[in-house]
Amino acid sequence: MIHQHVSILLVVIPLLAAPLAAMTTGRRIPWIVALLATATALGLAAWQAWLVMESGPISYALGGWTPPWGIEYRIDALNAFVALLVAGIGFLSVLYAYTSISSEIETRKTPLFYTAFLLCMTGLLGITQTGDVFNVFVFLEISSLSAYALISLGRDRRSLTAAFTYLIMGTIGATFLLIGIGLVYAMTGTLNMADILLRIPEVAESRTIHTAFAFIVIGICLKLALFPLHLWLPNAYTYAPSVVTVFLASTATKVAVYTLVRFMHSVFGYQFSFENIPTSWLLVPLATIGLLSTSMVAIGQRDVKRMLAYSSVAQIGYMVLGIGMATGTGLVAAILHVFNHGLMKGALFMALGAVAYRMGSTSIESMRGLGRQMPLTMAAFVVGGLSLIGVPLTVGFISKWYLILAAVDLGWWPVVAAIVIGSLLAVIYIWRVVEAAYFQDANGEPVREAPLSLLAPTWILIITNIWFGIDTRLTVGMAERAVQLLTGAN
Amino acid sequence: MTTGMTLGMTAETAMPLALLVPLIGALLIGLTGRWPNLRETVTLVTAISLFGIVITVLANLLEGGTQEVTLATLLPGLDITLHVEPLGVLFAMIASGLWIVTSVYSIGYMRGNKEQHQTRFYACFAIALAGAMGVAFAANLLTLFVFYEVLTLSTYPLVTHKGNDDAKAGGRVYLGILLATSIGLFLPAMIWIYAATGTLDFTPGGILEGNVTQMTAALMLMMIVLGVGKAAVMPVHRWLPAAMVAPTPVSALLHAVAVVKAGVFSITKIVIYIFGLDMLAGVPAEQLLVYLAGFTVVTASVIALRQTNIKRMLAYSTISQLSYIVLAALVLTPLAEIGAAVHIVAHAFGKITLFFAAGAIYVAAKKTDITQLDGIAKRMPWTMTAFAIGALSMIGVPPTGGFVSKWYIIAGAFQIDNYFVLGVLILSTGLNAAYFLPVVYRAFFREETQPPAKDHGEAPWPMVAALTTTATLVLLFFVFNGPVVALEQGIIGAGR
Repeated sequence: MIHQHVSILLVVIPLLAAPLAAMTTGRRIPWIVALLATATALGLAAWQAWLVMESGPISYALGGWTPPWGIEYRIDALNAFVALLVAGIGFLSVLYAYTSISSEIETRKTPLFYTAFLLCMTGLLGITQTGDVFNVFVFLEISSLSAYALISLGRDRRSLTAAFTYLIMGTIGATFLLIGIGLVYAMTGTLNMADILLRIPEVAESRTIHTAFAFIVIGICLKLALFPLHLWLPNAYTYAPSVVTVFLASTATKVAVYTLVRFMHSVFGYQFSFENIPTSWLLVPLATIGLLSTSMVAIGQRDVKRMLAYSSVAQIGYMVLGIGMATGTGLVAAILHVFNHGLMKGALFMALGAVAYRMGSTSIESMRGLGRQMPLTMAAFVVGGLSLIGVPLTVGFISKWYLILAAVDLGWWPVVAAIVIGSLLAVIYIWRVVEAAYFQDANGEPVREAPLSLLAPTWILIITNIWFGIDTRLTVGMAERAVQLLTGAN
Repeated sequence: MTTGMTLGMTAETAMPLALLVPLIGALLIGLTGRWPNLRETVTLVTAISLFGIVITVLANLLEGGTQEVTLATLLPGLDITLHVEPLGVLFAMIASGLWIVTSVYSIGYMRGNKEQHQTRFYACFAIALAGAMGVAFAANLLTLFVFYEVLTLSTYPLVTHKGNDDAKAGGRVYLGILLATSIGLFLPAMIWIYAATGTLDFTPGGILEGNVTQMTAALMLMMIVLGVGKAAVMPVHRWLPAAMVAPTPVSALLHAVAVVKAGVFSITKIVIYIFGLDMLAGVPAEQLLVYLAGFTVVTASVIALRQTNIKRMLAYSTISQLSYIVLAALVLTPLAEIGAAVHIVAHAFGKITLFFAAGAIYVAAKKTDITQLDGIAKRMPWTMTAFAIGALSMIGVPPTGGFVSKWYIIAGAFQIDNYFVLGVLILSTGLNAAYFLPVVYRAFFREETQPPAKDHGEAPWPMVAALTTTATLVLLFFVFNGPVVALEQGIIGAGR
């Protein structure tokens, strides 16, 4: 009985928990509320993924209104996979938050932090669940508005301007998306994704649909921070509270990448997105230039958090590259990297959050000598870094493998070179930190290892990095199933 | 499939154990770090058990079993699989056997030198050995690549052991070149091979024949030979001299045996089992690589001639000797392939002896330069005799192991009348003599110009015992090389 409602519960539970958290006071009680809500969400997401893998896509008619008139939640391997990532990272982030925010956010604001966090998660989960394009916009706004609030909670005053810049850019992106959706609705008369997909061929030649496509793609690319639309991201990630960076870096942009895939393949369709319009000619060069240039910028950063933020923009380049290849393998690579990069960046930002907790700073100078003083934290950082580089037995290798394979299949040698050079640039920026931590003497007061409440979630993510780097049945299996559905539908 | 029961263990159990035992050893070393004697016992016990396990694998091989075991499925159709294969068993035998000797030596060296962070040193050493075992038993290119990278990363803390600026700079070059070549060339080449053939399994006769054009194969071969940076073919050789900042046991076992041999072993294995000798014979770039390897042999020897630091001279000598093996593998005649395999062994014994001697000199006399060695043989007769034997093997003079491998390589070159290879071998023999013999001459026949700062004799006994053992192996290998040759004839026969 209840298993029919898994998909809606996944959205409703964090949504209901959010006001509940707002009504509490202190540090512990709102935390427990958020922890229970996210743990339930994780359980539901895992259950949903299992259901999808066992018995195929789930269709849920919201309020009993049958699609395409009512809102449909439609879950296939792709959204089940992304929802699992969001719920998993959400749970670990809350686990991590209790200690992490104690030094970064005032007690007075703690309940509101959890409220905003749960709303943000609601929005992200909603985007992944829904099969209705307008609903995507609604959830996008829920997640974005709460994300602006979360970022502005950072203790550095610059977090306010960072949040404001993100607000402006994010709103432009969301507005573009809304304009695009409006135009699609005007031409097709429906908001249901599957329904639109059927009707696109009739109107594929019209200027309006082309305009709609342009607005939607640019709007989403603003949200996912594709180079050169990424300028909001480095400041937002750098000045947000540690745990907010962990959560947003490993979920928000990933969900935006998911949205791009969804719109291109399940709303407009492969035929329209790649054959009627030369989208690859837009995405591939931007992604390639982006991943190279932002990796180089990352090398020059003094603040490690900002360095990882630039690295995130570069990694998004890999995902968009995979999408732009418009082949099955390319898409598998993109989807895998969505998940895998969520794991590795989450782990890296968590390790960095532990450094921030002890040192009060994330500059590279403050990491000197930490290899000795915080061995477990720095070991986690090194393993996460190796995963980012793409060393075998980590998830990064699996992503790189598929991405290079896809590029080789197409015979795109310059792209192969760019991917490889991007990995080597990652070696340089990660190793700057390793050398600082292990070969330089600590300055100032010696510090102790981070508390267990920070280390445990960090290491859980590190272990998943290695686990899914060796046993890829779940990740590759879901990504391949998703791609079969996406490309088979065309 | 035969399941030969040897020591009650099949290769299916023995090979995973060969990976597991050093890893467990590393863990125990970490746990027993507070009690140095116990820790060193753990190292020795681990090394001896590993050697025993490898012997079991060898016994299985001799019983004719072609066994493989899949540890994990990394990607659909791409497994982490280990198998029993003569070349790999040979490499595993050398690496694990010499690890025992090196462990004894290390104890003398690390204590004699009062080095810091000894626990980390022994633990990383054990992990590196696990990586080497993985390379040796890899049944496909992916497995090989995975353990190749494990070996790179686990040896980085050993290279930077001292932690000073020199070590840091050396470590940067080391990691930079090894990762840049493996990620930049080896990985794309591997994925390209996979895209072209749909498999990465090491298959007798190769997998590329009929799947790719000559030009493609040529490009792949270039990427492999330069991408396997551990083989130190010029211009990707710079990491090896840089790695000499490491403590001498590391230079001896890892940068004369395990790591560099993993490089040439990988190339040999890829040439035989991925490309196939027949396929490569028609590939145009193949000759180009022969020239490149030949160039490396001669140029590295010339550079070695100009070194005054003992370890750097040995490093350049290693670069030169490694390219012998690459050269021999690329001559593509059965005898030369045997020469390549035999030289992996002969060079291992010879070079580890030379490094052991260099380390013994450093510990006993704190000397690192060739110019300081006048008359040192009177104080350290055992060490310098071993050094002389190692040097003779490098030159290729009987009765040392180096003569045997050179013999096979020359014979292989004659099979196809390749006078370039012959010329390179003759020239380099001359050069080897020119940089090794003066050292021996200084040590034995010159008088000490000034007395050393402290009156010293031989280094601590574990070191002397170790270098005597390896020097004896150099001599013994001259006579008892039959098994190695027989083992290798097996593969060439199977490959034809």
